[in-house]
Amino acid sequence: MTTRIGVVTFPGTLDDRDSLRAIRLAGAEPVSLWHRDKDLHQVDAVVLAGGFSYGDYLRAGAISRFSPVMETIIEQARAGLPVLGICNGFQILTESHLLPGAMLRNNHLHFICRDQRLRVENAETAWTSDYSAGQEISVPLKNIDGRYVADERVLDELEAEGRVAFRYLGTNPNGSLRDIAGITNAEGNVVGLMPHPEHAVEPLIGTGRTDGLPFFTSIIKKLVAA
Amino acid sequence: MARVVVDVMLKPEILDPQGQAVQRALPRLGFDGIADVRQGKRFELEVEGPVDDAALARIHEMAETFLANTVIEDFVVKVDES
Repeated sequence: MTTRIGVVTFPGTLDDRDSLRAIRLAGAEPVSLWHRDKDLHQVDAVVLAGGFSYGDYLRAGAISRFSPVMETIIEQARAGLPVLGICNGFQILTESHLLPGAMLRNNHLHFICRDQRLRVENAETAWTSDYSAGQEISVPLKNIDGRYVADERVLDELEAEGRVAFRYLGTNPNGSLRDIAGITNAEGNVVGLMPHPEHAVEPLIGTGRTDGLPFFTSIIKKLVAA
Repeated sequence: MARVVVDVMLKPEILDPQGQAVQRALPRLGFDGIADVRQGKRFELEVEGPVDDAALARIHEMAETFLANTVIEDFVVKVDES
């Protein structure tokens, strides 16, 4: 049976089409999910795509977190459903408390858009097993609310448990504490990151590299093996 | 209708680059003597019915779950008597 991976569209989501395309290129069946629909339509995993859901009013991701589809996703993610949050999706995951900490305005207050080098710190999550720990990749980064913060105790806990999944290499693009670009929950099924792997899955576009594709092949392997 | 104000501020330990940008602009504009600026959000709620303890408790809950993100922000709820 084909692996079904859902991508949620909220009002203001921009990268749902790219995420659906990345899923198809990786070999799974992409399924569009609508924010007002509580039903996940039997998907095996969910991607919360990038963009500006609800215009990022109040705080990035704050309004989306209370949408009907998120009620189901929060409940299912706690029960083990793999969820990947990219950019705005990462913001929604922190607002949902599925991941600790919060996302704030970049320290330099500018929108930033560039190819970003990252180090894969944890290659054992549901979404990163096709990487190797310590591997360096390059994927696009584009955001204004990309500064990851958490208190010292949470940061120490993330470090001690290997839950910092990705770290920025080179200049820190937004003032994220400890150069954190992405994190995972303790179980490894929920992963969030600011840069955009779904924009680096075809050699002809984006960075000209396919460094983002292993996110989507990782989850397919994990689900096929399960 | 009664008005209830919810003030939301970043916690003191969280870097506030927006406040800093404002603060840095002040001397340039001729406003001296301001050592620090922090920028927050103010919500003005027009409340239907009496603002009794039960209504305030609901507003407190609203502020805690939605208007503020208590990971990074503190909030204060006040009834506007003016």
